[in-house]
Amino acid sequence: METYYNPEDLKQFGKISEFQPVLGKKFFDYYGEVFKEGALTAREKALIALAVAHAIQCPYCIDAYTEDTMEKGCDEEQLMEAVHVAAAIRGGASLVHSVQMMNKYNSLSM
Amino acid sequence: MATVTKSLQALGHDLSESDKQLKLLQSVGLKPFRENLNEINLFPLKPTKLDVFQINVGKMCNQVCDHCHVDAGPDRKEIMTIETMQLCLDAIDKTNCHTVDLTGGAPEMNPNFRWFVEQLSAKGKKIIVRCNLTIIVANKNYYDLPEFFKLHKVELASSLPYFSSAKTDAQRGEGVFDKSIRALKMLNEVGYGIEDTGLILNLVYNPSGAFLPPDQASLQTQFKTKLRTGFEIEFNELFAITNLPVSRYLSYLVASNNYEKYMEKLVNAFNPVAASSVMCRNTISVGWDGYLYDCDFNQMLDLKVATKNTKHLSDFDLNQIESRHIIVNEHCYGCTAGAGSSCGGTVA
Repeated sequence: METYYNPEDLKQFGKISEFQPVLGKKFFDYYGEVFKEGALTAREKALIALAVAHAIQCPYCIDAYTEDTMEKGCDEEQLMEAVHVAAAIRGGASLVHSVQMMNKYNSLSM
Repeated sequence: MATVTKSLQALGHDLSESDKQLKLLQSVGLKPFRENLNEINLFPLKPTKLDVFQINVGKMCNQVCDHCHVDAGPDRKEIMTIETMQLCLDAIDKTNCHTVDLTGGAPEMNPNFRWFVEQLSAKGKKIIVRCNLTIIVANKNYYDLPEFFKLHKVELASSLPYFSSAKTDAQRGEGVFDKSIRALKMLNEVGYGIEDTGLILNLVYNPSGAFLPPDQASLQTQFKTKLRTGFEIEFNELFAITNLPVSRYLSYLVASNNYEKYMEKLVNAFNPVAASSVMCRNTISVGWDGYLYDCDFNQMLDLKVATKNTKHLSDFDLNQIESRHIIVNEHCYGCTAGAGSSCGGTVA
């Protein structure tokens, strides 16, 4: 069955440079640098990436960073807590706008 | 929870047969391992110097772990006899090896295990025992193992795949984590894993699933923190080991539909530095019946050493052993992936 997302496409990610080599190279160099050990550990960065993957709902990233966090010694509880962080921020982002709604409501009410 | 309760052999499973495993390993159409070695001038793979005898004293075990490459378990009756142990001692005397590494099954279940350790101790060899921990608390016959190990300054290498019961029990069987913690406390009490005692207790991590192990150093930090704060347990080093596609782990990969992806992952992670440091170059593996192999994995695949006349301890000839060509196959990718893997953890 044809679908918009094909798991096999993840392996082809590097090929995006074929259409624009200069920008592609800059991106992958940057990407590699970002995920190196730094002030944050590679493990912490992988968990952040997993949370962001859920926030932006990228199926490729979810597959990739589920595996990556497991290979960095994280267990299922830690993975799910990272996803809850994403969910909390997304939910909070909606809810905090309700202050605007409340302000508008109050301004229109007697 | 662990999904297996019997050995593949007892279940009559296809993959209990070494030729079926080898056929499967060659069926994926991957780049042959020997080609990678050839490209870095390591083929044929040759030994360096024989430093370590790794002796499998039997396949009997009190556990049935999902990933076990030995297909060990309570239903396995293959046990090294005292006569074969004597052949080991005679062969060791013909070498300058510094270490004897005892594995199984649970090596302590061999009725002549303690005699063998005493003989090796008298020779002044460094002795490593691959202790599964739970054997120490299995019944009262084993409760004094910590004192026995201490007496002979045995170094322990003990599997603990995670610092939680869920992941440990999933791989090694229900209740294994709690029993392992009890055993670790008993070992700590006699000084094992405690700084400056000289009694070495190393833990062994291997992934509970179809993925590669984490960075060894950072995982060790996590284990130290979690075991100290959660259970007041100390240990020396953590070895991160890759699961090799052999026997029960191979069976798991196939059943979970992860086999091809896992093999591809191993191949893509081939590391030439790890390849030059694989443990088969300074180790000889001895089977429960006295046959000789390049490593414990080749032993389980029944790939005996490629020597002219030294296939068995009774014909042991150091020159032939040290001049042999090591047999490689696609499972060897497990020892060369990423930071590499050996019974002493990463190699690169």
